[in-house]
Amino acid sequence: MADPARVDMVAARGVAGAVTKGAPIVIEAASIELGGRPIVTGFDLAVAEGEFVCLLGPSGCGKSTLLNAIAGFQPLARGAIRASGVPIQGPSIDRGIVFQSSEALFPWLSVRQNVEYGPRMRGQSAALCRERSTHYLALVGLGHVGDRLPAELSGGMRQRVQIARVLANEPSTVLMDEPFGALDAQTRQIMQAEVSRIWRATRPTVVFVTHDIGEALLLADRVVTMTAGPSATLKSIVAVDAEHPRDLADRALAQLFRELRDDIGAEVTKSLRAQGLEAPALA
Amino acid sequence: MADSSQALAAASVGTAEPARIPRPGSGRTRRVLLGIGAVLLGVGIWWLLSLRTSPLFLPSPALVWAAAIELWADGTLWASVLASSGRILVGWSLGLVLGIPLGVLMGHFRLVREAMDPYIEFFRFIPPIAFVTLAVIWMGPGEASKVALILYTTIFIVTLNTIAGVLSVSELRLRAAQALGAGRMQVLRTVIVPSTVPYMVTGARLAMGNSFLTIVSAEIVAAQVGLGSLIWTARNYGRTEWVFVGIIALGLLGFCFDRVLRLVVQKTLNRYGATL
Repeated sequence: MADPARVDMVAARGVAGAVTKGAPIVIEAASIELGGRPIVTGFDLAVAEGEFVCLLGPSGCGKSTLLNAIAGFQPLARGAIRASGVPIQGPSIDRGIVFQSSEALFPWLSVRQNVEYGPRMRGQSAALCRERSTHYLALVGLGHVGDRLPAELSGGMRQRVQIARVLANEPSTVLMDEPFGALDAQTRQIMQAEVSRIWRATRPTVVFVTHDIGEALLLADRVVTMTAGPSATLKSIVAVDAEHPRDLADRALAQLFRELRDDIGAEVTKSLRAQGLEAPALA
Repeated sequence: MADSSQALAAASVGTAEPARIPRPGSGRTRRVLLGIGAVLLGVGIWWLLSLRTSPLFLPSPALVWAAAIELWADGTLWASVLASSGRILVGWSLGLVLGIPLGVLMGHFRLVREAMDPYIEFFRFIPPIAFVTLAVIWMGPGEASKVALILYTTIFIVTLNTIAGVLSVSELRLRAAQALGAGRMQVLRTVIVPSTVPYMVTGARLAMGNSFLTIVSAEIVAAQVGLGSLIWTARNYGRTEWVFVGIIALGLLGFCFDRVLRLVVQKTLNRYGATL
């Protein structure tokens, strides 16, 4: 159950056109173990309020595990994660999370009811829930399908519902776990532009996990790469200064793309060697 | 009563089945014609076989039909159907009303599950027929003992299926609800219970079948009316054809109940992913 002070804070933020103020997230020497095996070791990162950070790394490097720790689902073995200076102890309405699979939606509820779920759980009035869902469904471009069931929508639309559902709670941080990983290339492109637009309109702090270098460069203020697991840790941080909307053909971005590709390529090669496999040279 | 592991297996299969694509009308017509043909063929074989034996051993279809008309005319058949249906519906409904909450509690609260587990593990091996005598001693030969036996057979299957459903709720949905601000009881009410509906439905359907198995044993021991007692009393009069009438009526009644259940589920619980 959400504590009353927090409920008031969220309620006080108001509804339509609300500017969600981002919260700073500080990760200090965080280590995560699953069943005694080290997954992430000594990870440090400070995310500024309202900043969009992409966590980039080879598959299985522990970036989703780290995101789950920020969400409050995964306890740390050592170190700390703080949101607005307060150590994270469990899930909170202040940190919304968008999952890769749209199975996270409630299939028995209409699109609108899914979006109203958060406010309703906190006992908000029906009028306010309605106002919130109308606002955020319109923001993600789904104002016309509120009465449908999630199963009646396309994959891209379902991910929009997930985003609207998280935003309806007006969290100060939005965590996204490869939200477009299951979408086709075209839909993916559209969704990337949409997320960028929505983020600029609402300005929460965003931590976005992806293994797609292009996606990271299109969205992020900073791209954080991780070393290959086990015992993954921070490898490099690349600041992306380009204006939105961005174009990957842009020279500066193309240069960053090559750098990141080489960084990640080196990690993949290392991890393949560690498994006794010969890695092909990456062009 | 069916083995409970079977019930669990059926539960998991029941939810995995995707929505059927409606087929054109010709396929349906073919299926119906094929079904009718198969039944006619079966009756034909039965008739041929009955020619070679005595009516006491195997009465012919015509004799059974005549017996059905006779039993219908004197009201016995209709009274039997009503009595058995009533007992099944009351016992089965009570079983759902008790079994579903019990399954949810056992699935969700480890303490409850661990406390109840020895009982479940013990009684799952004891079929309702083993309790017929006790039921009559404790509850008398009236309606209560039969309803109790149906309830017993239902509650098991429904509880076990519901537990299986609660334990297989998508972790993703639970996390989504928590991160959106739902407390523990809210998660139970708004995520776990709706997610478990397909398992409850499968349990209810299996329990309906088992209620038909149980009603016969329950009515054989002590009942004035009912399809089970009709089958049993036929012995005293040497009327094998009455046994056939009772058996056929049971089968048709079960078929009707199942169809109605499917229809109701399809009309009301579709969005919960309950497919039968």
